[in-house]
Amino acid sequence: MALLEIKDLQTHFFTSAGIVKAVDGVSYTVEQGETVAVVGESGSGKSVTAMTIMRLIPWPPGKIVGGSIMFDGKELLDLSEDEMRDIRGRDIGMIFQEPMTSLNPVLTIGMQITEPMLAHLDMTEEEAMAKAVKLLGMVGISEPDRRLAQYPHHLSGGMRQRVVIAMALACDPKLIIADEPTTALDVTIQAQILELMKNLTREMNVAMIIITHNLGVVARYADRVNVMYAGRIIESGSAQEIYHNPRHPYTLALLKSVPRMDVQRSAKLDPVDGQPPDLTKLDAGCSFRPRCRFATDECAKSFPALEEVSPNHTSACFEKNNLDREVKALAK
Amino acid sequence: MSKYILKRIALMIPTLIGAGILVFFLMRLIPGDVCELRFAGTGLYVDQEQIDVCRTQLGIDRPIFIQFADFMIGFFTFDFGESMWTGNPIIEEVGLRFELSLQVAIMATIVAIIIAIPLGAISAIYQDTWLDYAVRTFSIAGIAIPSFWFGIMIILGLLIFTNWMTGVPWMPPIEYRPIWVDPVHNISQLIWPAVATGYRYSAVATRMTRSALLEVLREDYIRTARAKGLVEKIVINRHALKNAMLPVVTIIGIEFAFLMGGLVVTEQVFNLNGLGKLFVESVNNHDYAMTQALVMLVVLIFVVTNFVIDLCYAWLDPRIRYS
Repeated sequence: MALLEIKDLQTHFFTSAGIVKAVDGVSYTVEQGETVAVVGESGSGKSVTAMTIMRLIPWPPGKIVGGSIMFDGKELLDLSEDEMRDIRGRDIGMIFQEPMTSLNPVLTIGMQITEPMLAHLDMTEEEAMAKAVKLLGMVGISEPDRRLAQYPHHLSGGMRQRVVIAMALACDPKLIIADEPTTALDVTIQAQILELMKNLTREMNVAMIIITHNLGVVARYADRVNVMYAGRIIESGSAQEIYHNPRHPYTLALLKSVPRMDVQRSAKLDPVDGQPPDLTKLDAGCSFRPRCRFATDECAKSFPALEEVSPNHTSACFEKNNLDREVKALAK
Repeated sequence: MSKYILKRIALMIPTLIGAGILVFFLMRLIPGDVCELRFAGTGLYVDQEQIDVCRTQLGIDRPIFIQFADFMIGFFTFDFGESMWTGNPIIEEVGLRFELSLQVAIMATIVAIIIAIPLGAISAIYQDTWLDYAVRTFSIAGIAIPSFWFGIMIILGLLIFTNWMTGVPWMPPIEYRPIWVDPVHNISQLIWPAVATGYRYSAVATRMTRSALLEVLREDYIRTARAKGLVEKIVINRHALKNAMLPVVTIIGIEFAFLMGGLVVTEQVFNLNGLGKLFVESVNNHDYAMTQALVMLVVLIFVVTNFVIDLCYAWLDPRIRYS
């Protein structure tokens, strides 16, 4: 049985401008110890999906309107708030995008790391502090015992993100959700942090959902990839497949837009044309249609279902088998 | 830290000199002086000579800069002189009322904090629910209702209520006794003005607590705290309130300093002999020496309060503490 199985998840925001279908029928699974990437541009619903799994969508205006989240044999959407709180921080750890603001500036590092242990595990303060020292050592922070009394402003961005990772790992969770964990960091630090997360999750056999818009991250660290667009998953498969044999025009366009070292410096970048759609004004057709080079009349009629292209590789596109020429061009 | 405190104390001196210059010269811009006023009160014919004698006695015929130097030197050596109106030493006159005003200000502050922080927090946590609306109505009323009117209502309410309950109307005592002499008497007299002013004061602080907390609750670290699976009580008390307290502390401090000299009408309503009343009397009487001393006292209270606020900041926020 999969560790996490999301089915037809729907999270909507009820705003004065209309209903924003931020997550509109997302399904995917995460196996024990597996790293799954969720890729997409800003506003595609990646983060909302993550917050939905944690059931931390603020109401108003957001609400989980349908679907199912099976985690470790439990239906998270049926749990009471108290039961859900026991899962947060203990079974599912979360790492956020902004290390500069995701730690509380007025509380010590020690207190912030020990908090989840004291809340969930049967630990004394001394035991929790000892574990915190161990965790800080594990995430590569020097002089860990001295850090416990320090405040976040004493640490750099990369160090803070390490603290956040230590916090997420504090209760030996089964799953870690990392929401753009390296976006706010310098490139050199990004690689260090990703490497660290990869090693720790492998050592501790923790599954990880890594949310990112960085395709480089995906290729290197993820076992499987889900590409999101306008609140839906439009392509899903192994990192290898997605990278070398994309079967959705959006994935294709994303890959083409990545700057390449092997192309002349003067060559123009090839961005994805147009703007992401207004999520309050989606029609029955494919939401990528207005930006798609392959769109046909059929695309306006209904939203294509995710269908298998090859084993473990699905795409939601009517033209998924007509992309060969472009895929070959990309490979060159 | 001690270096910082010394620096802050040194910085108080220019503030006090500036305030001294302002009050000294502004007072003298008001037409007429204490001697003219004193004889006008008698209703008799007074010749110029008598007025001149009076002025010489009080020293207000001397060149203005000598008077100013005299005042400033006096202030910094804690020699405030005598009231030009009653002739009593200013220290004595002020001391008599300072105690009462300080007690009312402290009690009003306590009342305000007890009301404002829980109500502001409830209002923010239950934003846009009926609880929030109820709290906001309550606090808007506090700002709209003048404290003296609320004071009158309290007195009337007490009279009617005690009369109805016991058959004998009861009113707060009028005579002031220090708290260490007769605590029951003292509290039963001063709690009412403290509530009357504390209500208005709490209204401002409630709104500040609400808006500061709403802002903090949107911060990323609150989301982090929730993602750790902490109970909401810890999220609010430990993670949010401490961060939200900075602007609230400022408001509370400024209001406290204001209460020390600004309770003119409320003192009148409750028949209290406080600093506010003394202030108005001394200005009316052109009692330069007294007004100057009082203004300097209020300035000093403001400066000291600000200093205490800064210390609170450092206590609340380690980023300030360590820089």
